[in-house]
Amino acid sequence: MKKETWKELTIGTINPNAGNSVQNHTGTWRSGTKPEFIEEHCIHCFFCWLYCPHFAVVIDGDKVKGFNYDYCTGCGLCAEECPTKEKSIIMVKENVQLAGGGEE
Amino acid sequence: MSVQKTLNGNQTIAEAVRQIDPDVMAAYPITPSTAIVETIAQFKADGLISGEYVCPESEHSAMSVCIGAASAGGRVMTATASQGLALMWEMLYIAAGLRLPIVASIVNRALAAPISIHGDHSDTMGARDAGWIQIYSENCQEAYDNFIQAFRIGENLDVRTPVMVGLDGFIISHSMEVVKTEDDAAVKKFVGEYQSVYPLLDTSKTFTVGPIDFTDYYFEHKRNQMEGIENAPKVILDVGKEFGETFGREYGFFEEYRMDDAEICIIVMSSAAGTCKDAVDELRDAGINIGLLKPRVFRPFPHHEIAEALRGKKAVAVLDRCASPGAFGAPLFTEVRSALYDLEDRPKIVNYVYGLGGRDIQIEHFKDVAKKLARIAETGKVEEIYGYINLRE
Amino acid sequence: MAKLKDIAQLEDRLVAGHGMCLGCGIPLIFKVALRATEDPLIISNATGCLEVCTTIFPRTAWNTTWVHSAFENAAATMAGIEAMYKSLKRNGKLPQDKEIKFLATAGDGGTYDIGLQALSGAMERGHNFVYLCYDNNAYANTGGQRSSATPFGASATTSPAGSEIPGKLQRKKDLTKILAAHNIPYVAQANPARWQDLYNKAKKAFEVEGPAFLNVLCPCPTEWKYDESMTVKLAKTAMDTCVWPLYEVDNGKYKINYTPKEKKSVTEWLKPQGRFRHLFKEENAWVIEEYQKQVDEDWEELHKLVEMTK
Repeated sequence: MKKETWKELTIGTINPNAGNSVQNHTGTWRSGTKPEFIEEHCIHCFFCWLYCPHFAVVIDGDKVKGFNYDYCTGCGLCAEECPTKEKSIIMVKENVQLAGGGEE
Repeated sequence: MSVQKTLNGNQTIAEAVRQIDPDVMAAYPITPSTAIVETIAQFKADGLISGEYVCPESEHSAMSVCIGAASAGGRVMTATASQGLALMWEMLYIAAGLRLPIVASIVNRALAAPISIHGDHSDTMGARDAGWIQIYSENCQEAYDNFIQAFRIGENLDVRTPVMVGLDGFIISHSMEVVKTEDDAAVKKFVGEYQSVYPLLDTSKTFTVGPIDFTDYYFEHKRNQMEGIENAPKVILDVGKEFGETFGREYGFFEEYRMDDAEICIIVMSSAAGTCKDAVDELRDAGINIGLLKPRVFRPFPHHEIAEALRGKKAVAVLDRCASPGAFGAPLFTEVRSALYDLEDRPKIVNYVYGLGGRDIQIEHFKDVAKKLARIAETGKVEEIYGYINLRE
Repeated sequence: MAKLKDIAQLEDRLVAGHGMCLGCGIPLIFKVALRATEDPLIISNATGCLEVCTTIFPRTAWNTTWVHSAFENAAATMAGIEAMYKSLKRNGKLPQDKEIKFLATAGDGGTYDIGLQALSGAMERGHNFVYLCYDNNAYANTGGQRSSATPFGASATTSPAGSEIPGKLQRKKDLTKILAAHNIPYVAQANPARWQDLYNKAKKAFEVEGPAFLNVLCPCPTEWKYDESMTVKLAKTAMDTCVWPLYEVDNGKYKINYTPKEKKSVTEWLKPQGRFRHLFKEENAWVIEEYQKQVDEDWEELHKLVEMTK
């Protein structure tokens, strides 16, 4: 990413680009495990959406659709809080990727 | 049309506040500036101002309220002194970094320890690198005039930098003088409408103010900030000139008093400059070619103009109402001496610290300085570059 | 009563790509609390985990107007914003029908400690905004130094457990009651494990005229030293042990919002957390006993306050 010169910056330290952190991919932090969504067990209670600290649970209307692995850090909170008898979210091993810059 | 009133320094500031009627006024009482906030509070109680008046629980919060209010998008002022300014220190840098044109009237007072309620410039001089514009006033009239101009200067879109206007504790803040105040409407018109830049309250846009920088952006943001104060000199002169055209009292970076043919010169700011003028007159009557240069704007420091004004003088004494322990001279001295460096034929220069904690400086003291300068001019030698005035040795 | 599925449809004001830790409690709190108003929202954020992790320039995770000025003054900064809002509105410089909500927020360091004076001042002056403290019991942003919100017995880097001293030996400051003593319209304690309660409290806080204070327990896997998947479970344990009771003080009336069926022993709260590990040495058993005593006293006092203010 090109970094601005001092003349190109907005006055007063202002960052006018609200919400542009979505370009930071916190998914690169995952180290070995990731959640897997098992749709047929899901009761769409939205607890996984509620308790995901990194906004990685994808919903569509009143349905949970799975995960956006660009942001999922693999903390496991979603699987821990998934209330279904047969878990709708399980943590699975994934090949460890060396963390990159975390940016697009 | 201007009206002559008998007011003290604090009352002139409060009167200007009433006329300008900023959107938010937030100040905490502290001697000797307490009367400013008390008077504003009374104006508010009597329905004479329409802005919001906030009386916070400390000066740190007073400046924080000013920062919040100015970020929100409107005209903001505060008043403080001494320890109060010291408690604001952290927030002064933040106000400047966020480019918020807050105007603060600072009733200059000594800093503890030992605690003293009397006047010197230790408070604002300590804040000289906080990124604020600094203007100093000789008397109540100048305090009034400078305070009004401060809004125009700080709020100018090329500047967008906070401004502090100094007036000496007690000597100005509590001394009654005849002051010409202008029509409310004329003052309002001169100050003009406030123009917001990224006001928080315009929620049609969303943005982040005051983020954290790592090593890749901090330097650029600080350089970006400096552009504001670097644009200030032209605006200060324009506003000073327009003030003169409007109200008949023109202002520049500094005032020169009987400097044209002067061989020796005293540089002193604020109220002591008034006494110095009398001393200069008496010395002139005695045939001594002396002049006075009274800096008004200390930040941005008018280094080029001051050097030009001192070109060809033989000896200069800079009088500081502030010490800079461990430094090579007090703040005004080091600035002036540095400004002179590029002159090929530099005057000799000495520094005297005077008036700490409100200690008097009288005509006789200026005459002593003149004697020393005359000797330096005659011999071309500086024996003592740094000294104190009216101190029991 | 709001349904989770319904509030989930609202736009996020705090978005993905922030740098908060794995399993951090802060986003869980803000995801819910910021949905409790649909008006435009201005946030004043003190220096701390939330501020640093969301605004590393040139990125920002804020999708709402947000300002940071310093550590100890989120409340004073917000007081200024609110004062300007009132001034401009009163003088016709803002549309009369324009409704904006204001939220000041800080961690426990910026609230219980360095920001307490500014908070108290703003509450006493009656500025109309919500103050939300996310209490993670330490200066977590700088590596877990003690604050006055650090629990009795916890090991923090500036009150470490050692061979002679078993961690912090001062009782946690009861800030919620200090705020209640300001006689402001609304004060409450909440917990991210009970989203509906948190949502209702935030909604009330935004709706009342005048200052409102929310103190929200915020589990911190990094400084409390537990498995990051256990954040919500641990928050629940805090409720069930009555270590962090859920209650509100609504115009001076105390109300307990959650009473566990069976009050659990504090050891269930202490055990999973590394910061309390040293307490399970034989010689430190007295600390756990004392901890239990404090929790019991507080829980009992809370009931008395409910009775007294009925």
